[in-house]
Amino acid sequence: MDKQLLSGNEAIAQGAWEAGVRVGVGYPGTPSTETLESLVRHEDTHCEWAPNEKVALEVAIGAAMGGVRTLAAMKHVGVNVAADPLMSVCNTGVNAGLVILAADDPSCYSSQNEQDSRNYAAFARIPCLDAADSQEAYDMTRRAFEISEEFDAPVMLHETMRVAHTRTMTSATGRRDDVAPRPYADDIGKFVMMPANAVRRRLVVDARTERLVEFAEQTDLNRAEMRDTRIGVICAGAVYEHVREALPDASTFKLGLSWPLPPQRLAQFAASVDECYVVEEASDYLSLRILAMGIVLSTPCAGPLPLAGELKPASIRESFGVDAPRHRDAATDLPPRPPAFCPGCPHRLVFCELRRIKAIVTGDIGCYTLGAVAPYSACHSVIDMGASFSMAHGMELAGATDRTGRPVIGVIGDSTFAHSGITSLLGTVYNGGTGTLCILDNRTTAMTGTQGNPVNGVTLTDSSHKTGPLDNPTGKALDLVPLVRALGVDDVAQVDAQDAKAIRTALKAAVENSDQLSVIVFMAPCRLVDRTRRPAPAITDCRACGTCIRIGCPALGRDADGKAIIDVNQCIGCDQCVQSCPFGCIKKED
Amino acid sequence: MQTKTILLVGVGGQGTILAGNLLAMTAAEAGLDVKVSEIHGMSQRGGSVSTVIRVGEHVDSMVCDPGCADVIVAFEAVEALRAQQFLAENGRMFVNDEQIVPVSVNIGNFDMPTDVDARLKSMGAKLIPAGRIARELDSPRSTNVVLVGALSTALDFDEALWHDAIAKRVPPKTVDANLAAFETGRAAASE
Repeated sequence: MDKQLLSGNEAIAQGAWEAGVRVGVGYPGTPSTETLESLVRHEDTHCEWAPNEKVALEVAIGAAMGGVRTLAAMKHVGVNVAADPLMSVCNTGVNAGLVILAADDPSCYSSQNEQDSRNYAAFARIPCLDAADSQEAYDMTRRAFEISEEFDAPVMLHETMRVAHTRTMTSATGRRDDVAPRPYADDIGKFVMMPANAVRRRLVVDARTERLVEFAEQTDLNRAEMRDTRIGVICAGAVYEHVREALPDASTFKLGLSWPLPPQRLAQFAASVDECYVVEEASDYLSLRILAMGIVLSTPCAGPLPLAGELKPASIRESFGVDAPRHRDAATDLPPRPPAFCPGCPHRLVFCELRRIKAIVTGDIGCYTLGAVAPYSACHSVIDMGASFSMAHGMELAGATDRTGRPVIGVIGDSTFAHSGITSLLGTVYNGGTGTLCILDNRTTAMTGTQGNPVNGVTLTDSSHKTGPLDNPTGKALDLVPLVRALGVDDVAQVDAQDAKAIRTALKAAVENSDQLSVIVFMAPCRLVDRTRRPAPAITDCRACGTCIRIGCPALGRDADGKAIIDVNQCIGCDQCVQSCPFGCIKKED
Repeated sequence: MQTKTILLVGVGGQGTILAGNLLAMTAAEAGLDVKVSEIHGMSQRGGSVSTVIRVGEHVDSMVCDPGCADVIVAFEAVEALRAQQFLAENGRMFVNDEQIVPVSVNIGNFDMPTDVDARLKSMGAKLIPAGRIARELDSPRSTNVVLVGALSTALDFDEALWHDAIAKRVPPKTVDANLAAFETGRAAASE
């Protein structure tokens, strides 16, 4: 095949397909999402979204145990969710190859934290491959399946956002390997992790680790590139590209296999240069391990590298005392332009009401995290998937409402509820919680790009065929109200998220119902799913009170006299502003 | 060819990704190494967006550091100012002369700068009435391709390669309109 421009995620999908992968499973999460969205377009591969990463990895383990090559894909924080099965499948090993994509997000472009997932590979003692660009992502995916089967271990394929979302020239064979399913045979001693078996498997893993270290000492995945020997840099992944950019003359030791490390080769490299450095991103993963080998590492002459945040050539240049190109200072007087709820977003009116009633809102992961920013400032915690409901219960135990006079309200989206919110709700019901919890059901997994989920029933296969996202999903859609009722919540309401009055009434009733747990399902489709446009409303006799502006719609602005104006290019005719005007000056156009 | 760094900045939804694709396809067809880095996710909800395209015989890093952009194309004027530190000495800057007011200004927390055009001109930026050109061509969604036309004047690629990329990448019914947008943008940059 000719060279193509592929993103890291597309290259991984191509490599996985060519490696004969028959099952791909994951949960959407930036920057990993496009991997399965790309893999599902290939033939003879079944791909699906799981409700969460733990389930995804368990499905993947089952598929690999059942004899077919399998890819599990998730973002870095998803690996936390999948850590429980990971820490046992590392000991059982696999049957057919099992590769786990862990996509990290240094600088938190779309994440709640910055973590180096390779620590999990070391923790679990499983091989970890580290790609620097799409070509490597493709090549390493193919290699990962071979290594997984050769060493009977799941393999972590590690990438960062800059690999996942950078398109680089990639050449692929375009041919799928003929990989027959492996036979399945019962092996209780290997796959049943009860204590007697687990202690024996640990010994198997230790022997495997010794073989893996020998492999690391030999493999061409790791390579020393000798240039000027005054400076030697050990690095991996996209950081290698930044090092080449910033220090083109330096010798480099590029780790393509970042667990286990090759002690002899690293010592040899360090001995062959005057000063040896580790350059890595938002992590001490490599430096701690290499220091523990007794290798002396130097600190760059002009100061240490930044501990946090995405590493770029500029910060490497600065640490190594290389002059930066001259440039203007950044402008400091510009109005910020953070992301905002889209025009017509069904989350907007709910957050306007939460702001009005001065609720303490425990929030969750999704577009509705934006409820924390101006003009709402009506979301007061975001920790991890599902935390909204459990934390609201904790706030209740702390007596927060009694001491502040403010209602505590947990807010979660539909996909996040399916991911980790159901068990949180169950815990609150079981333990007699009496608070108010809201599910914002916008019929999609919006933030990552409108993927299907168990609530709307749209499967990964449906979305690959570009049918209307909500038309005739092949999966079974989950009806939230009966589910919540079945969990033991008696006070359940479903409310139109585009109806301000109904939102106000429902929240008031739920908060006043202080001796019972209340759950409100606010439902209306995301504007990225339902793109229906109606005419913009008309404004007459505006009194310039600014009330409509405070709903924070990007389509609403003010003229020189402070009167509201509508940007008809952005307006989709949702009528949220019509409902907000206290004087009835904004009217629907029929 | 020495590696060139092109930075596209704008507001989510303005079509920076298509513009980046057109450049990447053109450079790849010219036989060059190409890296295109985009920011997805949270930044797409009407926030500031950027795409970095680096082209050359061999490209290492995929990011653009301050002072390293040979060309900046801004799809919105305030976003051009937000990216000013990235412009290289002797770098070129093409700016759509339209402004989009962010929510932070509409709700009264911040003001729009009043001297945007003057500041852009002082750094040698070429203001292109890309939105107006596209509307006059009766193809308002081609604003991004007008700007690609302007960008093409700063890079040494055969015009036919740009045309091929446009013909391959845009919806078939809009090819002629987009080719016209490209040519008009190209002419506007040379005025």
